Amino acid sequence: MTLTVNTAAALALGDDALVLSHRLGEWAGHAPVLEEEVALANIALDLLGQARVLLSMAGDEDELAYLREERAFRNLQLVEQPNGDFAHTIARQLYFSTYQRLLYAHLASGDGEFAPLAAKAVKEVAYHQDHAEQWTLRLGDGTDESRARMNVAVQALWRFTGEMFQPLDGVDVDWDAMQTAWLESVGDVLRRATLTVPEGPRTGAWTAGAGRQGLHTESFGRMLAEMQHLHRSHPGASW
Amino acid sequence: MATASAHHTARTQADEAADEAARTAAYEVVFDAAVAADERIEPRDWMPDAYRSTLVRQIAQHAHSEIIGMQPEANWITRAPSLRRKAILMAKVQDEAGHGLYLYSAAETLGVGRDELLDKLHSGRQKYSSIFNYPTLTWADVGAIGWLVDGAAITNQVPLCRCSYGPYARAMIRVCKEESFHQRQGYELLLALSQGTPEQHAMAQDAVDRWWWPSLMMFGPPDDESSHSAQSMAWKIKRHSNDELRQRFVDIAVPQAESLGLTLPDPDLVWNEERGHHDFGAIDWTEFWDVLKGNGPCNDQRITQRRRAHEEGAWVREAAAAYADKHTSPAVGTTSTTGETGATRA
Repeated sequence: MTLTVNTAAALALGDDALVLSHRLGEWAGHAPVLEEEVALANIALDLLGQARVLLSMAGDEDELAYLREERAFRNLQLVEQPNGDFAHTIARQLYFSTYQRLLYAHLASGDGEFAPLAAKAVKEVAYHQDHAEQWTLRLGDGTDESRARMNVAVQALWRFTGEMFQPLDGVDVDWDAMQTAWLESVGDVLRRATLTVPEGPRTGAWTAGAGRQGLHTESFGRMLAEMQHLHRSHPGASW
Repeated sequence: MATASAHHTARTQADEAADEAARTAAYEVVFDAAVAADERIEPRDWMPDAYRSTLVRQIAQHAHSEIIGMQPEANWITRAPSLRRKAILMAKVQDEAGHGLYLYSAAETLGVGRDELLDKLHSGRQKYSSIFNYPTLTWADVGAIGWLVDGAAITNQVPLCRCSYGPYARAMIRVCKEESFHQRQGYELLLALSQGTPEQHAMAQDAVDRWWWPSLMMFGPPDDESSHSAQSMAWKIKRHSNDELRQRFVDIAVPQAESLGLTLPDPDLVWNEERGHHDFGAIDWTEFWDVLKGNGPCNDQRITQRRRAHEEGAWVREAAAAYADKHTSPAVGTTSTTGETGATRA
């Protein structure tokens, strides 16, 4: 497959949404409270909707989702990280939704290929970010146990956050400015939640744009095996 | 007031009991008249204790069925074979969580909180629909649940939109709208499989073979063995008997199976011209009672997963409660209205 610049960008952004939607879908029937069954499914559905638009810009959505090998996926390593406990899911969502909100707000204000999608998605993403922020405040400033769990989660996922700001060909954004805004926004939420803002490295051998280049983490292969198995078992069938 | 209280102390307990009985009898006349006139009973209206407890039992069981019912379908979200199907299935499972929310809220209007009901579910003191104790073994089961299980549920639930208890009836109107979408997606999913490859067709037929009889059991035991039916009909909580609803469902399902190109696993299924209904074979009630008692293929699995989700989520709910306590201090926002601060500001 030869990709044009914008196709590659559509794939990267589409894979982010597809993979995180899948992870959130794994929560169905396991959420800590009924309201969160509804909320997590809602976020998963919004992301799946975004993924379908973006993947369709790059080709056939089902072929792309179900028939690519692990090394051909272009999503961030952050979004493929397993759900862990609710604190990990919320930390992952806070990091990613803050990024998506900044990115889509910028794309929506332009007239590029992604503007129409971004204009719709930025409203959804603002809700995702708010939901993650509200839970970060509650878990951080809740009980001793919840604060401890949330501190572990924000720390554990921190090293995957540098990758978000590696320039993406075909997406015209001031990535450095976006990173500064992201650090400010996330730092503010974490401080208000009485959490420790992590200081560890955010880039490195396996965190510098590795997902965007098709290098993923071990659990991702299993996720794809489960996601693709039925589709691949019936080649050429329609559903 | 002084006179009233003096008068009060002069009375005997026997007098009070007699008054109470007379009041209850008077209330009961009003209640019975409202039910007879097809008026809605609302949360603040007087109602007989047995009416209240019957409704709590039924609404709780319905709410529990919605949230346990998420499990067999959620089992396929991560394996849905196309992105379109995945979106539909996720939305459907989300709807079920939403139905659970409305129904627990409806139960709350009768004075029973969600925590108490969940506790009864987790400890086995309240039940959920036995149908969800069957496993979803293939993708076609998602279609069979939509077409047959949701189809049977709609047949049961449409009359509940006219239930005498207002909050339940109104919740059911919304639930039924969404359920009819669920049933259509199930039918459409099975149609795609039935008209697909031979393997897909076989998958669809296998699912219908496994889900048909349990779906017929969803209407409950035959009328002559149903313990709560007569009183519920008198109170207009229930509008039709189990057997009437079951017959209605069979009559609807038979032509739909034909359009799907799938067969129903009952050699005795035949149109009876005289009755104007389909005759169908004997239901294995031994299996029904056995699954109800806890011996179905997934009883333990379903309740274990539910309990685990609840227990593992305890720290999250505790955190939310602790945060709310810390941040709803009455001092915030009210200080400006107290004398001193108010004066300073003025």
